[in-house]
Amino acid sequence: MRIKKWLSFSPDSLSLNGETLGVVGGGVEMLHELYRRKVGDYPKFFKMDMLGKLGFVASELLLQSEDAPRFVPREDRSVVFCNRSASLVADRRYQETISDADNYYPSPALFVYTLPNIVTGEIAIRNKYYGETSFVVLEKFDPEQIAMHVAAAFQDPVCQSQLVGWTECSDESHWQCLMLLVEREGELDRHGLAATLERMFTSL
Amino acid sequence: MGDDAMIVKLSDHILSPLGDGTEANYMAVREGRSALKRYSGKWHVPEPFVASLFDEEAFAAESSALHLESYTPFEQVLVRTIRAALENAHVDAASSKVVFVFSTTKGNVCLLDEHVSGFPQERVLLGVSARKVCAHFGNPNPPVVVSNACISGLCAQIEAMRLLEGGFYDYAVVAGADMQSQFIVSGFQSFKALSDEPCRPFDAARKGLNLGEAAACIVYARREKAQPEEWVACRGAIRNDANHISGPSREGEGSYRALKAVLAGFDAGELAFVNAHGTATAYNDEMESVAITRAGLAEVPVNGLKGHFGHTMGAAGVLETILSMRAVDDRCVLGTKGFEHCGVSHPLRLTAQHQSTDKRAFVKLLSGFGGCNAALLFAKGGGLCV
Repeated sequence: MRIKKWLSFSPDSLSLNGETLGVVGGGVEMLHELYRRKVGDYPKFFKMDMLGKLGFVASELLLQSEDAPRFVPREDRSVVFCNRSASLVADRRYQETISDADNYYPSPALFVYTLPNIVTGEIAIRNKYYGETSFVVLEKFDPEQIAMHVAAAFQDPVCQSQLVGWTECSDESHWQCLMLLVEREGELDRHGLAATLERMFTSL
Repeated sequence: MGDDAMIVKLSDHILSPLGDGTEANYMAVREGRSALKRYSGKWHVPEPFVASLFDEEAFAAESSALHLESYTPFEQVLVRTIRAALENAHVDAASSKVVFVFSTTKGNVCLLDEHVSGFPQERVLLGVSARKVCAHFGNPNPPVVVSNACISGLCAQIEAMRLLEGGFYDYAVVAGADMQSQFIVSGFQSFKALSDEPCRPFDAARKGLNLGEAAACIVYARREKAQPEEWVACRGAIRNDANHISGPSREGEGSYRALKAVLAGFDAGELAFVNAHGTATAYNDEMESVAITRAGLAEVPVNGLKGHFGHTMGAAGVLETILSMRAVDDRCVLGTKGFEHCGVSHPLRLTAQHQSTDKRAFVKLLSGFGGCNAALLFAKGGGLCV
């Protein structure tokens, strides 16, 4: 394997391929500001839930930095995300719409985001990725376990690269996001990938 | 797959409102039974709905007899199906060579409802809940919880295959489950995806899906070769439509690509059937008819099992795999309960009645929100898996 591009993003800092980028504001406003400044051409972004916005903005920054044509249909790239809280932020928001019998207004627009893998679908749609999309939930950030999962996903012979994400979002003002573009070919083994993930996580 | 690695099923179990055990569930399906019933006022959902639900009192009594009161109903159903599957697997679940792979969409989401009490809020986290189940069996490894919408049950099996093929573990316990709640039923109602009658997969008069509760478990092992009567998980693929987050692609793009990937080099004439997702929503079944036809499988029998169990979400991929294996063992292509007149644009080989087969392989197909699709090829004896 080889790590081609990497990004780490918390409410306090954003770094892309080792360079610090400026962020403004906090919470979801920080994601909106980044979207306006760095993306700007995908209004569906504003319909997404917190997890979707986080994953989308991070993937845009990372993929913009890849020296490759974008939006070309391809099946050889997988989107492989994981976290601890699944879609908990969206789940809580949807729960609020049904808790009170006198104020019961279940919304399909909120309900659809109560699945953590929606963010991987949003990224596949944006980038025309027909490859694998998957979401796994772990008990905690575990770099060895994530690296094993990534190494295992390369057993699909079609997959030549993976957009790997730890996209953890426990409420609208707290998140941890590591995103890596990992290619199949390269000297890095899964322990090396785990060590990189660990280093990135520690400096979040 | 490595040259000398085969992923062999050691044992399985299904726990559903139709019965406790693979055999009980298979016989219920053979006899044409369904657990779908109409519920009015349940969980304060304003509109009536049709679903396949456990009898709450009987379920609680059975779990209590097993001293599972400290587990949520979702965890209870997992513990019970895993325990039963392990009894026939002769595997020490406490060994570090065993990995647990779970499949669920909503796990303990009912704990978000302030009216539900008695369990720590932390258990709404899927990884925490999964660890509780693993601890019941003394398993030391971190569990993997696949949460990939409705295709989770196939994704969990594919993850298990990869972890075994990669040599990371020797055995995998794959367990899928979902329990229904106000949260899930109201959400699907808001989507106008539910039928107010028992569902009718692929039928011209289909009106939508029914939700269901179930748990199912398969224990897999990595072996150098398989015995002629053993089931082998040959090849799986997950592909995205790259089209829409809540509706399938009109061209069936992801399902077509997943089918194409798992059937590369495989003679479709060897398939007993394709066990489809067949939710009985207008869009899903239409999409599957396009994808199956595009994949060159229009002459292969197709069936769907939602008319017996409803859509059991995280359990569906595991439960429907087990019943398909059992049907092939019985030389049977199960009929599609609820199907009468073809209601999809690309006619498939669907029947309401069971038919006989002498084939020894099948494909399980699923699709879900987020545009995800999965296909998995199974064959008996493994000689066909090349």
